[in-house]
This record gives sequence, C-alpha cells and structure tokens, in this order.
Amino acid sequence: MSLLRRWARAFGHFWWDFLIGDTPELFVATLVIVGMALLLRHHRAVAIIVLPLMAIVFLLLSVLRGRRSSSNVP
Amino acid sequence: MSPSSTVVLILAVFGASTVEMVEALTIVVAAGVTRGWRSALEGAAAAVVVLAVLVLAVGVPLIHYVPIDVLRVVVGALLLVLGLSWLRKSILRASGLKAKHDEDAIFAATSAELAEDGRDHPDRSGRDGVGFAVAFKGVFLEGTEVVLIVVSLGASQHRLGIAAGAAAAAALIVAVVGALVARQLSRVPENTIKTVVGIMLSSFGLFWVGEGSGVHWPGSDLAILVLVGVFALVTLGAVAFLRAIQPRPRARERSLVPERGDT
Repeated sequence: MSLLRRWARAFGHFWWDFLIGDTPELFVATLVIVGMALLLRHHRAVAIIVLPLMAIVFLLLSVLRGRRSSSNVP
Repeated sequence: MSPSSTVVLILAVFGASTVEMVEALTIVVAAGVTRGWRSALEGAAAAVVVLAVLVLAVGVPLIHYVPIDVLRVVVGALLLVLGLSWLRKSILRASGLKAKHDEDAIFAATSAELAEDGRDHPDRSGRDGVGFAVAFKGVFLEGTEVVLIVVSLGASQHRLGIAAGAAAAAALIVAVVGALVARQLSRVPENTIKTVVGIMLSSFGLFWVGEGSGVHWPGSDLAILVLVGVFALVTLGAVAFLRAIQPRPRARERSLVPERGDT
C-alpha cells in the first residue's frame, strides 16, 4: 500500500512539475489559449491571428518575469 | 498528413529525445565509472524497456478509443505548455540570464555522490544495486518526458510508430556517441537543440489546439511551418533584445542563478 502511495505521489509530483513547476503563468496561458480557440472556432480569420499572438505575448511576459526574478537574486 | 509535417514531427521528437538522452547518459556514465558498468547499463536498459512499454500501453489505446478532436486539444495543450516552457528557458539561457545546463558539473556531482556511497560493494555476480538504481532512475525520469512527446505527437497525427522510431534512433545515436566521447557530453549544443525543439513543440501544440477546437488553419499542415517561422523569429528577437539591454558584468553574475526543476 505504501509503495502504491509512493508511486501515486511521484506521479502527481511529475505532473505538477511538468504542467506548472516554475511557470504557472504558462499553464494558465495555455488554458486561456484553449478557451479562446473554442470561442473563436467559427471565426477562423480572427483565430489564426489571435491564437499565435496570444502564445507570443504570454511567452514574452513569462520571459520578462524570469528576467525580473533573476535580477532580484542578490 | 503532408510530408513536411511528418518531417517536422520526426525532427521534434528526435531533438527532444536527444536533449533528454544526453542528460540521462551523463547520469549513466557517472554510475558506470563509479559503481561499475554492468549494473549501470542494466539499469539503463531496464528503464528503456519500461519506457517502451509505457509508449505502447498509453499510446495505442489513445489512438483507438479517444475521439480525435478531444485528443488533439489535450495533446496540443500539453505540447504548448512544454514547448513554451522550453522556449522560455532557452531564451533566458541564450541571453545570459540563466545558467546553462552543465553536463560536466552534473557528472562531477553525481560521481562524487556515488563514490561517497561506496560502502555497498557489488555482489559476486558483479552487480551493484546503487549503480543500477541510479542509472534506471536517470534514464526513466528523463525518458518520461520523451514518452509524453512521442505519445502526444504520435497519437495526434496517428504516427505513433514514426514518433517512437525517431525517439529510439536519437537514444541509439546518443548512446553510441556517448560511448565514444564518454565524459565530453558538455560539447553537445544542448541549448540550441532545446530552442529548436521548443519552437517545434510550441508550433505543433498551437496547431493541434486550433485544429481540435475547430479552427482550421490555412494551408492545413503547412501552417505548422509558418508557426515554426513565427516562433523562431520571436525567439531570436527576444534573445537579441535581452542581450542588448543586459549590462555585461551583471549578466555573468545572473547566469549563475539556477532555477528549481532546472533541466
């Protein structure tokens, strides 16, 4: 039973690290992009511009956050 | 599925697998040098078998039983999270804001740790439990990410065999090259490979999120190449911008700052 629990914990830990880890903002960003894709599925012309744009903006914001946190370290 | 997207699929899986396998090989070589090669190689081989079983056990049912659009949205989201986080790391590393992955340092640290634990001697058959466990864990943990990429990309395009083949080829090449160069894994341009793979994973992820949601990209699969170009330009631009605004002396200090879960 304890072995099973250990495996379950390790499995949960892996997914937490994989999906969230140091960059929870990218996980949230992906959820927002998926939501936006579903909302815009009938507006193809808008979607093909907005979806890449959102991915780029979220990536750059996350990079800036990484830059700020590295410059805060003494 | 067009030939161009199959090529991108193979390159993405091959690149991701190469990066992860270089990291795994560092641990296997450290275990082999300090605890004996037999156990280290057995541990690595056992992990590869478990990973292959995982690909079959998870990938095949996904292809057959999950509706393709649901699969594409979920897989696309997973690839997008992974791709964007790899890109973020690569941009920060390339612009000197984050320490690069140092295989030599990892090798030295793992070797020292294993050598310290030298009380348990191998049994009569020459097997060493610690060496086996360390090599197994190293290959299994690094390989799990490869399994996810293989299953995600393979299942969403119904190309599981090709994706698994590309990963296996990368693992084989890294193993052969690793055997030849042994401790010189730091020469592998890991950050460059990671950047390229990050661009590909992000492009695939966004493409499948759109397709699965009902947004059909113009040019169908060719849109993946356009997305690859867009992400590549943004990455290059971000690195150039960050390098330009980075004061030189502080860049060196900051580059020594590691991050949690740094791989």
